[in-house]
Amino acid sequence: MDTSTLAIEVNGISKSYGTVKALDHVSLEVQRGEIFGLIGPDGAGKTSLFKILVTLLNADEGNAKVDGLEVAADYRKVRSRVGYMPGKFSLYPDLTIEENMEFFATLFGVTVEQNYDLVAPIYKQIEPFKKRRAGRLSGGMKQKLALSCALIHKPSVLFLDEPTTGVDAVSRSEFWDMLHNLREQGLSILVSTPYMDEASRCDRIALCNTGRILDIDSPQHMVEKFDGKLYAIKARDMYGLLKDLRDNSSIANCYTAGEYHHLLASADFDAQAIEHHLAELGHEDLEIKPIAPDIEDVFIKLLSNEQ
Amino acid sequence: MRGFLKFVKKETLHILRDSRTMLIALLMPVVQILLFGFAISTEVNNVNVAVVVPKWDEQIRQSINKLSSNPYITYKGAIAEHEIDQNLRSGKVDAIVVFAHDFDRLMTQWKQSGNGKAAMQFIMDASNTNTAQAGAGYLNNILAGELMQSNSLVETHMLFNPQMKSAFNFVPGIMGMIFILICAMLTSVAIVREKETGTMDVLLVSPVRPLTIILAKMTPYFILSCINLTTILLLARFVLGIPMSGNLSSIIVVSLVYLLLSLSLGLLISTIAKQQIVALLISAAVMMVPIVMLSGMLFPIENMPAVLQPLSAIVPARWYIDAMRKLLIQGASFGLVLKDFLILVGMTLAVLAIALKNFKDKLE
Repeated sequence: MDTSTLAIEVNGISKSYGTVKALDHVSLEVQRGEIFGLIGPDGAGKTSLFKILVTLLNADEGNAKVDGLEVAADYRKVRSRVGYMPGKFSLYPDLTIEENMEFFATLFGVTVEQNYDLVAPIYKQIEPFKKRRAGRLSGGMKQKLALSCALIHKPSVLFLDEPTTGVDAVSRSEFWDMLHNLREQGLSILVSTPYMDEASRCDRIALCNTGRILDIDSPQHMVEKFDGKLYAIKARDMYGLLKDLRDNSSIANCYTAGEYHHLLASADFDAQAIEHHLAELGHEDLEIKPIAPDIEDVFIKLLSNEQ
Repeated sequence: MRGFLKFVKKETLHILRDSRTMLIALLMPVVQILLFGFAISTEVNNVNVAVVVPKWDEQIRQSINKLSSNPYITYKGAIAEHEIDQNLRSGKVDAIVVFAHDFDRLMTQWKQSGNGKAAMQFIMDASNTNTAQAGAGYLNNILAGELMQSNSLVETHMLFNPQMKSAFNFVPGIMGMIFILICAMLTSVAIVREKETGTMDVLLVSPVRPLTIILAKMTPYFILSCINLTTILLLARFVLGIPMSGNLSSIIVVSLVYLLLSLSLGLLISTIAKQQIVALLISAAVMMVPIVMLSGMLFPIENMPAVLQPLSAIVPARWYIDAMRKLLIQGASFGLVLKDFLILVGMTLAVLAIALKNFKDKLE
């Protein structure tokens, strides 16, 4: 493995489907041995970028390198160096776990035994069921099998397109533990997810929306550099509360966030005055408290800055 | 090579585990051959015949004996002249033979001088032209055969298929159809399924060449078709009694080329279609219909409108069926099917070239 080059290098990639611009001059770099998260809602262009990087699609503009190789010109070489796990479950449901594994190993000219060590921590969990057909596995097991199959040829860069979508919370957490294990073994990983709470499990993330990258940084740094005061607020009538807050000029932004609403303060914001004002409007059980932002708050702020 | 065999093994597993499709693929030829060979037959087998006899005599009894002992005729007895119309309308009989009242004398005169007045009349129910024509032919042969033969301007011999068995006509046609169905339809669906389930993405993101993917997909279907070829030939020979007088190796060589052509067509379809249903529709609309209508399997090419005749030339099945007729029924030598063979080889190369050029190792 050549450690002097970047694992992934993307320079001004654009891609359109008809009039829809899926990727708009996207650039990013993924270091060796890094878990890089591509985080954004559906339609952000994550899958398109994946397909360009694993050489399935050609970009309209820009260029990209994976493992030091041009994805457009050297696509055959790139194909043998990457492991790709598409967003949709893409194994053979009528073949057993074992048969799927063996098939994907031979596809890359290796045997399961040869690279068993790399996949063992993951594969061992499903190995007891190796005679079971892939179509009859649970979501979490399918995901583990797909990851094992993507890893069996010991790729240098791993592409995981929304690997945790449709998987339960426990399996999701386990899955991230597995990715950290793989990173320890020197793999570079590009992973996409629509779940903002998974951002903290990445070394660095790119927040993206509608084909553009809003910011690239480590998740900690992204949260630290959040400028502005953030409050969580709740009352009995949550919907009325949201409407009233949005009408208030001292509040830059207000949005739902689970049990609470989050509100981003403007310069002339005064928490006590707001509380008083809301009580006058008839809101009961009011609770307002300053909070530290998370990635979702960062994302929403970046989005509103754009507009 | 080891990789290729593993690939073939995987494709074979897909086929074996989809037992319904496999059963259809293996049983379809048997069912079709037996259906067309026995049940769906254009032969006219049981012509119901009644007679009208104004005056019984020995000559007439002899003629009626000949009728009732013939396997193609069911003798329904004598009726009165006024019952003719009612019998034909009710469908009780297909044909009525009316003997002249001086039949004995007229027949003797015919035998002696070779001409004379009509001695009998055939009244046919021609609402089914097929039965009427065949029936009239039978009756002519049975009742007037000896006179015609001793004293006729034309002498007809039915070579190769003297009994006009329709199975002889259908077997080459069914072979032309089955191989297209199994090779083209199943192969195209098998490739397109990988696109539809997304597994094609994973296959493409690997060092495997598209050609390997394609060849590995084709191999099991090719073997399946070879099994079918064997079944069809065995059934045709031993159950339907097709003479198979031609050279067996010629039959096999031409058939193998046709199998390859069908596989290439399937591949071509798979490069165009994105969904299995589209692949099926193309197979059915673009291939099945022309094969049935234009290949000469059911309707003679010479009878087609002039516009359609050149169109039939691009239907591969036309050439295969033609070659199989010559080899299976006429017992022709390979030299006589050389033109068909070369056309099939040319088509195979052309379709394969287009398909491979069309096959993309990227999406879009």
